[in-house]
Amino acid sequence: MVEWLAGLYGGTDAAWFFSIITWILVIVAPLLVGVAFAVYADRKIWAAMQLRRGPNVVGPFGLLQSFADGLKLFIKETIVPAGANKGIFILAPMLTFVLALIGWAVIPWGEGAVLADINVGIFYIFAISSLGVYGIIMAGWASNSRYAFLGGLRSAAQMVSYEVSMGFVLVTVISYAGSPSLSELVHMQSGGIWNWNFLWFFPMFVIFLISAMAETNRPPFDLPEAEAELVAGYQVEYSSMAFALFWLGEYGNILLMCALSSVLFFGGWYAPIPALDFIPGPLWMIAKICFFFFIFAWVKATVPRYRYDQLMRLGWKVFLPVSLAAVVFYTGWGVAFGYIGK
Amino acid sequence: MIAFLDRTARSFLLVEFVKAMALTFRYMFKPKTTLNYPYEKGRLSARFRGEHALRRYPNGEERCIACKLCEAICPALAITIEAEPREDGSRRTTRYDIDMVKCIYCGLCQEACPVDAIVEGPNFEFATESREELLYDKAKLLDNGDRWEREIAANLAQDAPYR
Repeated sequence: MVEWLAGLYGGTDAAWFFSIITWILVIVAPLLVGVAFAVYADRKIWAAMQLRRGPNVVGPFGLLQSFADGLKLFIKETIVPAGANKGIFILAPMLTFVLALIGWAVIPWGEGAVLADINVGIFYIFAISSLGVYGIIMAGWASNSRYAFLGGLRSAAQMVSYEVSMGFVLVTVISYAGSPSLSELVHMQSGGIWNWNFLWFFPMFVIFLISAMAETNRPPFDLPEAEAELVAGYQVEYSSMAFALFWLGEYGNILLMCALSSVLFFGGWYAPIPALDFIPGPLWMIAKICFFFFIFAWVKATVPRYRYDQLMRLGWKVFLPVSLAAVVFYTGWGVAFGYIGK
Repeated sequence: MIAFLDRTARSFLLVEFVKAMALTFRYMFKPKTTLNYPYEKGRLSARFRGEHALRRYPNGEERCIACKLCEAICPALAITIEAEPREDGSRRTTRYDIDMVKCIYCGLCQEACPVDAIVEGPNFEFATESREELLYDKAKLLDNGDRWEREIAANLAQDAPYR
């Protein structure tokens, strides 16, 4: 992808640089627009399930609501609390936003259509999503506010807890694919819906989805924001664009987790049946991301928020043993019947 | 033992969650219960107590006779009235102010009024951008009366048998 465009630009070092910049823009610009519509879709689905209408005034069917909200935030004043640690306070939303974006570099959109086809893509994404917790902790600490601090603490504990079981899920899938490269993971699932991982790894798939919701602070695991008790958690002191960056980062992360779910378990860019392969891969990828986002919104509309001890219990006393047992079972099965290490 | 297995299986197979998800999915396609507010509005009772208005008789004469019963009964002390005899000798208000910020919309002024002059009409959409705009004077109240007279008269007629 990058080579091809660099060749088109002339093949020099500068051409490589501009080729990379171009592809970054090609990925990030639609992504940010997608985030805006994801927020809208989230609100709309949530409203529909509660027999409400949701945003329906700005633009046709309220489609421009997110842009109106963004514009409103943009013209507001950025308030930095007097007691805040200014540098870190400003840095935190930027960090969250940037970390939500750079994960997309390794998401494959089609055969060879990936910005950085590194052979440890899955570890890269895992590392990035682990770093995401820093944005929240920094925001919580630098705000110098009780609510924000509690939200930050909760978020740190929550993300660490659920990363463990998520890691075990990844280990299983990787051991079958024989490579931590995301493209390899998709190749492994070629040839139709009956080859997709979610059928063979169904328990792992469910654990991954639930952990992804906890990882992105989505309801029912939105303890860090819990407006009933913490007002808005780590975001309390933020306003204007700093707040908007948190918002974009949060939804960017959710979409990233949706993309990761489709790559790991839903056959990435492949069509559900080979006869539909004439539809280009990126479109399938987008369709699958939308599907997973719908599930995220659906769960948000259905399940009430967990209590903090329930959250910790689920992470450490249910998911950890279950995913650990599943790793042993799946890898043992794979080694015994020759699926692994062929 | 059976109960334990049953409970564990149910919890691990996420039975409750699947049921709840199915329920919310069905609800997604149900008709909405909310009104599309600025474009469609709910029905109001004839006794609805909204924005105040001072009414006139059909010949254009204002009803208020400056008896100040409303001022006396107002529990929020929102009404201020000053009165003088007019040239023709009838007693009329020279000033009739309602502080809509103080008003608690209890409707006692309307109850107290012997000539149905001060009423609370059906209008509830009178939000303003400044506090000062909510300090209503006599002209504003009479103007409200002229604007909402049809609705107010209909509401009063509808409610009359019960008074």
